[in-house]
Amino acid sequence: MTPAPETGPAAAAHDDVLAVRNLDVTVGGRKLVEDVGFTIRAGERVGLIGESGSGKSLTALSVLGLLPEGLRASGSVRLAGVGHDLVGADEARMSRVRGKEIAMVFQEPMTALNPTMRVGRQIAEVLLIHRTRPDRASARAAAVELLAQVGLPDPEAAARAYPHQFSGGQRQRVVLAIALANDPALLVCDEPTTALDVTVQARVLDLIVRGVQDRRSALLFITHDLAVVATACERVMVMYGGRLVESGPVHEVFTHPRHRYTQGLIGASDLTVVDGRGRLATIRGSVPPAGRFPAGCVFRNRCDHATDVCATRPKWIPTGPDSGYACFHPVPGSGAHGTGAPTNQEAGRG
Amino acid sequence: MAEQPTSTPLAPEPRTGPADAISVRDVTRVYQRPRTSLRRPSPPVHALRGVSFGIPQGQRFGIVGESGCGKSTLLRIMAGLDRPTSGGVAIDGRDITGLRERRLKFVRERLQLVFQDPMSSLDPRMRVGDIVAEPLVAQGHGNRRERVAELLEAVGLRADAADRYPHQFSGGQRQRISIARALAPRPKIIVADEPVSALDVSVRAQVLNLIADLVDELSLTLVFVSHDLSVVRHVCDRVAVMHAGQIVETGSTEQVYEDPRHSYTRRLIAAVPTLGKALSGVSAADLNRE
Repeated sequence: MTPAPETGPAAAAHDDVLAVRNLDVTVGGRKLVEDVGFTIRAGERVGLIGESGSGKSLTALSVLGLLPEGLRASGSVRLAGVGHDLVGADEARMSRVRGKEIAMVFQEPMTALNPTMRVGRQIAEVLLIHRTRPDRASARAAAVELLAQVGLPDPEAAARAYPHQFSGGQRQRVVLAIALANDPALLVCDEPTTALDVTVQARVLDLIVRGVQDRRSALLFITHDLAVVATACERVMVMYGGRLVESGPVHEVFTHPRHRYTQGLIGASDLTVVDGRGRLATIRGSVPPAGRFPAGCVFRNRCDHATDVCATRPKWIPTGPDSGYACFHPVPGSGAHGTGAPTNQEAGRG
Repeated sequence: MAEQPTSTPLAPEPRTGPADAISVRDVTRVYQRPRTSLRRPSPPVHALRGVSFGIPQGQRFGIVGESGCGKSTLLRIMAGLDRPTSGGVAIDGRDITGLRERRLKFVRERLQLVFQDPMSSLDPRMRVGDIVAEPLVAQGHGNRRERVAELLEAVGLRADAADRYPHQFSGGQRQRISIARALAPRPKIIVADEPVSALDVSVRAQVLNLIADLVDELSLTLVFVSHDLSVVRHVCDRVAVMHAGQIVETGSTEQVYEDPRHSYTRRLIAAVPTLGKALSGVSAADLNRE
């Protein structure tokens, strides 16, 4: 039931950079992420969207081996060029992978940077630790070059500055410079632009996309913002209640969604479509807390199309090599025009 | 600072009149940063540099701008929570500049605030019923239980929510609680500071619809502050774009979005990612171009 092409692990295409299979994350018997599987190829930019409690960040943290204390991942996460499974790998092994094969950018740049260390040294450090530069002098020169690549004016001076001397957007660019320093095979970004102003967000998105394109890195981009994913990624996976509910090429998923949740999400985020009274389409109810989603289809308690059959778990229905959905009452395929937003009769105060 | 006689408004365009729910006349606000050097004081921060506009009764007025543009300072001054360095603010034609707190009672009744983060603006140790009733207590109204039940129902919560605590609710429900609290003293003006920015997409639409319903039913004047231009476009009739302590452009939302005059407004609109733009091929590089 893995939402990925039906090829055995051995037959995985040699272009796959990341292959996640049957990933579960559990805490005290409660499943927060269930049976998640996907692959990302070199140079491919894939978005993972979902609301709070959907498990999108836990999926990213499992890939990075950074799950908080008490949470357990099971299943398999394989990265090209790394001889072992990332699930269950000890910290010594993961610290050799992190910052080299996998790099990450999180939402809050200030917590990712060391406030007492000059920015240039922080970038040089990641090059020296992984021995990708032979000595301090060349690592320093590379750090200045990276700061120039992320568009900081006067990179020489920036390298000598401390994190607090930068604005939020500039700090995020420093974090991106660190992440890209070792030309990672996979860049994981978790809400990297959520805390930024729109003009700064545009800048950072552009730098992320260019950074991974120049290196042919795979990108896993996590956000709640549909428009950001559609702008930055080629493929999108929709997560709800700890499961992947739909995936496919950005254009296909956002113009012809199949899962009722995806359809509702697109309708609710489109602020240009209103009913006769000027009201927006909504999804009724609210997102349950993590681990408290209904059994069977996780969306059924908020879905206007749910029937008795939805109490059993819907199968993943593949619609292409990287696309599919898990819904008993999908939006009818093709023929429909527009965004497939819910009709306005479905809109309500909730 | 004493009440100042009305000086002639310096900014040309905004029309302000006595009928306006809120009128802002040439407001400036200068902050002094703490010293960082022994030799000289820090340079002053000009948070607002001559802001003027009027909001007629019943209008939905949007204020957009990026962090540091002065929109929060402006909002605090409009609500009588801070004082301008110069200039004045009138609510329903009554000047509030320089009034003592106890003479601001009419402002607290007429104008109520809804904040971005409902977790930090709701006291976690108070029951929801007491939170919603608090403005009524402060203003000495009686018969509170009934009013609380009525308010909770108006925002789409069950009456038994009154006996529970804020942490027992989801983000969207908490924002409904803050809206109920704001409505308690029957205000005519609601000032909402990023009220949906912290909410999930599927819940954001519900709360925006709720705000629209209440503004219609209760004939409220709405001031809606946001960094999100798409939300302001949906909610508001008129919009003011702020940049570096000044209003660089005002107009009807349609006009400002369709035909922005100021270069900053154009840049701001160009940088907003939308699903429609993305699906017609606008890339991250394009957003960053202007």
